[in-house]
Amino acid sequence: MNILVCVKQVPDTESTVRIAADCKTIQSQDLNFVLNPYDEYAIEEALRLKEARGGEVTLLTVGSEEAKKSLRTGLAMGADKALHVVCNHNHQDSLATARALADAIKGLPHDLILCGKQAVDDDQAQVPIMLAELLGLPSVSAAVKLEIKDGSATARREIETGVEIVETSLPAVITAHKGLNEPRYPSLKGIMMAKKKEIGEVNCAGGTDQVETIELCYPQPRVGGKILGEGVAAVPALVKALHEEAKVI
Amino acid sequence: MKVLVFAEQREGEFRKAAIEACCEGRRLSTGGDLTVVVIGKGAYGVARNLCGFGPDKILSIDHPLLEQYSTEGYAMALDAVIRSEKPDAVLMAGTSMGRDLAPRLGARLGVPVLADVVQLSWQDTKLSAVRPIYSGKLFTKIASLGRPGIATTRPKAFPAAVPDPTHQPPVSVFPFEISAGDIHARVSQTQSEAEGAIELTEADIVVSGGRGLKSNENFVLLEQLARTLGAAVGASRAAVDAGWRGHGDQVGQTGKVVSPTLYIACGISGAIQHLAGMTSSKVIVAINKDPEAPIFKIADYGIVGDVFEVVPALTEALKAMK
Ligand SMILES: Cc1cc2nc3c(=O)[nH]c(=O)nc-3n(C[C@H](O)[C@H](O)[C@H](O)COP(=O)(O)OP(=O)(O)OC[C@H]3O[C@@H](n4cnc5c(N)ncnc54)[C@H](O)[C@@H]3O)c2cc1C
Ligand SMILES: Nc1ncnc2c1ncn2[C@@H]1O[C@H](COP(=O)(O)O)[C@@H](O)[C@H]1O
Repeated sequence: MNILVCVKQVPDTESTVRIAADCKTIQSQDLNFVLNPYDEYAIEEALRLKEARGGEVTLLTVGSEEAKKSLRTGLAMGADKALHVVCNHNHQDSLATARALADAIKGLPHDLILCGKQAVDDDQAQVPIMLAELLGLPSVSAAVKLEIKDGSATARREIETGVEIVETSLPAVITAHKGLNEPRYPSLKGIMMAKKKEIGEVNCAGGTDQVETIELCYPQPRVGGKILGEGVAAVPALVKALHEEAKVI
Repeated sequence: MKVLVFAEQREGEFRKAAIEACCEGRRLSTGGDLTVVVIGKGAYGVARNLCGFGPDKILSIDHPLLEQYSTEGYAMALDAVIRSEKPDAVLMAGTSMGRDLAPRLGARLGVPVLADVVQLSWQDTKLSAVRPIYSGKLFTKIASLGRPGIATTRPKAFPAAVPDPTHQPPVSVFPFEISAGDIHARVSQTQSEAEGAIELTEADIVVSGGRGLKSNENFVLLEQLARTLGAAVGASRAAVDAGWRGHGDQVGQTGKVVSPTLYIACGISGAIQHLAGMTSSKVIVAINKDPEAPIFKIADYGIVGDVFEVVPALTEALKAMK
C-alpha cells in the first residue's frame, strides 16, 4: 500500500508568538519549530498500516528550506521517503498550499493520503479537504479510528451530537485527530538512518494567493488573579460574585 | 450585498451555531439580500423555523441521497445553489460539519475559505474577517480576494437574535439532482450522545476537571456540579490521557475550543495548551490547591483549596440558591 502523509512544521505549542514590525507576519527567528502534533498521528497511522500490509510511506511538505526539519522527524519515525515541495506563496491561503500539494501528488502512486486534522499555527483545518477535492478524491476529517480493507476504509469521527462511522472508497484523504493512536518517538537508530535518507525536491506553482493579510494583533489580555479566599469558606463569596457581580448564574 | 447562509440541521434540529450564522448573515447583508439554505431530510418543513431570524428567502433541498450529511453530496448541493444565486458571501457555522464542508466547497469554486472567524465585515467589496491563530495567541485580520467570500463562523462568537414571529419570508424547494455514484464517502452508522447531554462547544457553562481530580470516579463531583448549573463537563488533556474522560471532552489546543459565559476549572494547572481552548470564556473560575498555579493568573475568580471539599460545597450552595 502506498501511503502519502502531508506534514507541516509549526512553532512549538509552548512558544510565545510575537508580531513583527510589519504587523502582518510573526517574528520567527526565535521560535522553536516542530512537526505539527496532529501530523504525528497521521505518520504513526501510516507506519502501522505499512507494518501490517506492506508498502511505502512517503512524506510531503510545502514550505521553506527550514520546513524540511519536519520531514527529517517523520523519516526518523520510520517513513521511507520524503519530498520537499518548493513553492512561492503566502501560507495564509490553504487553497494555494493544497494546489501545490495536488500538483506534487499527481505524479505519485497513492492508495491513501493521511494528513493532520489541523496545523496548530494558522488553525485552518482546510488543506487536506481542499486537496481531496482538487484530486477528485473523497475525504474524511478528524478520524479517531481507522480500518482499512481492500479498496475501502472505515473511519470513526466524533461530532457534536455523537459519533459518525464513515465508509469511503480508496484512495481517499483522511485527517488524523488526537485519539487515533499513540505516536512513537523516533529511535536513535531511526534518527541515524533518517540522516542518510535523501529528501527529494519538486517545484510547484501553487497558484495565486487569494487571501490578503490586513494586520495581526494580540488578544485583550485577561486580568485575572482575584483570589476570593481559601477552601470551603470562600464558596459563599464565589456564589455571590458570580450572581451579583459577573451575573453569569 | 448578497449573503447566503447554509443553516446546519440534523434530524430537524438546527444547531445554535447555525442560528448565529444566520443572524450574522442578516447583519452582513445590510440593505441587501439574505438567502438561507437548508439541506436534508424534511428540509422544507423545518426551514420555517428559521423565518424569524430575518432571511429574505429560504431554499430547501431534500433528496434521498442527502438525508445524511456527506461532504461530497452537500458540497455539490451548495455549489449548485451558489451558481444560481451568485451571492457575494457564503457563511456557515464552524462546527464539525461546517469545517468539513466549507473547504470542499471552496476548492470546488476555486475560492479560499476564511475559517473559524470571530468577526466579519466588508473591506470595500471584499469579505474580511478576524480569526484566532496560534491557538488564540494572536488574531489575524484577513480578506478574501475570491468571489464569493466564504467563511465559517466560530460557535458562540456571534450573537443570536430573538426571532421575530411576524417575519414570514417565502420558503421554496431548490431543484437539485445527484446520483449515488457522486458520493464516495458516506455515513454508515451514527451513535447519538445520551439524551439531554449538553454539548461542550454549545454550553453556556462548562465545568472542567484535570489531574487534580485523581480518578475517573471523582468526576461524579463535577457531574453533580454541572447538573446543578445546567453545564457541560470538560477535561484537561492530563485527565483524558489518564483515561478518566473521553477524547471528545478534552478542552485545549488538541481538543475543543469553548467560549462559554462561565468556565470553572477544577484541579487544572493552566498549561498554555489548555488555555488555548478556554481563554475566550467570558468569566473564568479556578479551584486549585496550589496558589501559584498559572490558572489563577487568568481566572476572574479563584479559590485556593481542595477540589474534593470546595466542589461539593459549591454544588450545595448553588442548590440552596435555587
Ligand atoms: C502538543 C501539545 C498539545 C496539548 N494539548 C492540550 C490540550 O488540548 N488540552 C490540555 O488540557 N492540555 C494539553 N496539553 C498538555 C498540557 O501541556 C498539560 O500537560 C495539561 O494541560 C495538564 O493538565 P492538568 O492541568 O490537568 O494537570 P497538571 O498540570 O498536573 O495540574 C494539576 C493541577 O491540579 C492541582 N491539584 C491537585 N490536587 C488537587 C486537589 N485535591 N484540589 C485542588 N487542586 C488540586 C495541582 O495544584 C495542579 O495545579 C498539550 C501538550 C502538548 C505538548
Ligand atoms: N505546507 C504544508 N505542507 C504539507 N502539508 C500541509 C501543509 N499545510 C497543511 N498541511 C496538511 O494539512 C493539515 C491541516 O493543515 P491546515 O489546513 O493548515 O490546518 C496538516 O496537519 C498537514 O497534514
